[in-house]
Amino acid sequence: MILFDNVSKRYPSGKEALSDVSFRIKSGEMAFLTGNSGAGKSTLLKLVMVLERATRGQVIVQDVNLSRIATKNISALRRNIGFVFQNHQLLFDRNVFENVALPLYIAGFQHREIGRRVRAALSKVGLNRREKAYPISLSGGEQQRVGIARAVVNRPPLLLADEPTGNLDPALSEEVMNLFLQFNQVGVTVLIASHNLELISRLKKRQIRLHEGRLL
Amino acid sequence: MKTSGAIPTGVSPLERVRAWARSHRIISVGSFVDLLNNRATSFITLMVLGIATGLPLLLYVVLVNVLNVTENFDGNPRVSIYLKKETVEKDIERFLKIVEEHPNTASLQYISPEEALIDFQSQSNFSDVLNSLSSNPLPALVELIPRHTESFELRAQINELEKYQEVDMVIADLAWIERLNGFISLAKSIVILLALMLGLGVLLILGNTVRLSIENRRHEIQVVKLVGGTDGFVRRPFLYLGFWYGLGGGILAWLLVHVCLLFLSGPVELIAQSYRNEYALIGLTFFESVSFVALSSILGLLGSALAVRKHLRASESTI
Repeated sequence: MILFDNVSKRYPSGKEALSDVSFRIKSGEMAFLTGNSGAGKSTLLKLVMVLERATRGQVIVQDVNLSRIATKNISALRRNIGFVFQNHQLLFDRNVFENVALPLYIAGFQHREIGRRVRAALSKVGLNRREKAYPISLSGGEQQRVGIARAVVNRPPLLLADEPTGNLDPALSEEVMNLFLQFNQVGVTVLIASHNLELISRLKKRQIRLHEGRLL
Repeated sequence: MKTSGAIPTGVSPLERVRAWARSHRIISVGSFVDLLNNRATSFITLMVLGIATGLPLLLYVVLVNVLNVTENFDGNPRVSIYLKKETVEKDIERFLKIVEEHPNTASLQYISPEEALIDFQSQSNFSDVLNSLSSNPLPALVELIPRHTESFELRAQINELEKYQEVDMVIADLAWIERLNGFISLAKSIVILLALMLGLGVLLILGNTVRLSIENRRHEIQVVKLVGGTDGFVRRPFLYLGFWYGLGGGILAWLLVHVCLLFLSGPVELIAQSYRNEYALIGLTFFESVSFVALSSILGLLGSALAVRKHLRASESTI
């Protein structure tokens, strides 16, 4: 599903964020990406989303070689990846339903199908009664769950998350992590960048450890 | 290795075309609703656009009216051919035939010395003086209305006429025709120049409006790109915004011009009356109106397309 082959990333500023990183995540696997701030976790996720391109080496995601992907095909690739942000990145001028429906709307689903899938995703994260609410009126945990619903509404085979529990208290963090476990159980490949080591160690999943841009 | 694909499950090609049309419908309506929601700002922008496109349009209408007036009024240059007094009837008839058959002759009128005398007596205060003369001092006159009034052809004809022995002199006042034509072509150039300048202004105004709109929606653009929105999808609302502005500005300009015409019709009527004439201002024809509004919409679309091209890249920085 994800293959990094001797990948290095150097930013124009000269900072080498990743050096010779190689790993493989198989389809259906769930893994955590750990390391301190600045270890290169976010850069790694950005390479998977083609928000950045590798300076050296190859990144292959869903059988697509990202070092050779044409700009016009990037959006199609992203439609097959769900992404959960630390600060959820919801649109505050739209209600919960509209936020979650955005990927389906972009992908061109029919109105009825959109309604069906959005409600399914919202009930999965336990927010089926809040679809008319605006994000501002939701708690931090609820906002993050709306972000997760938006990431999975398109039923992507790959789900990425960048510090999804970074702003949440322990109870909410566990709740959110359980959601990711459930998605993994139905076959979704999950890669989560997190430094919540205490929670991760309890889940007994594979860890990919980064330190100053190198795999440990 | 495959580099494309990634079509969401259950979306057939036909369904994708339908989805595309649906998205256009939703976005076009959506951007129109956005305009209505920001009534104050959009109205000011629309007014600016309306005035900017209305000015050349008004000048164009004025020009059309001026052309219409100059065509209507008896402005055909007449050429007066004075014949020598000693010319006999037979030669006059022969000469008239020659002039009539000239390819540049539209029509002619022969005024004999006797007719001229009667005319002159009735129109001037010199009847007593004329009566006291023993013979008629007036020459025979041929009034010629040429087919082509362009100075080149007219001059050629005049030169030709002057060579006949029957002809005393040929008088044609070409100067005022040339001046009028000069002013009209100057006015046409001014309309074109103004239209170009104000058209450029419209592009810049719209570019700025769309740029602000992109700034305001920067976060939304970033999120849409991250969840797989194509460039076309991101561009679409801004292009529609420009289109609506162009369309609205065009309609407003049209209204503005016709209000101006209403306002001007009173004074114009007064002037026409002073010339013992009736004249009603002409507005724009249906075809002209539709083309103008279409042009303005295209200009709006173009302005926003330029702005989107320039400013959208800048807003794609990652979250």
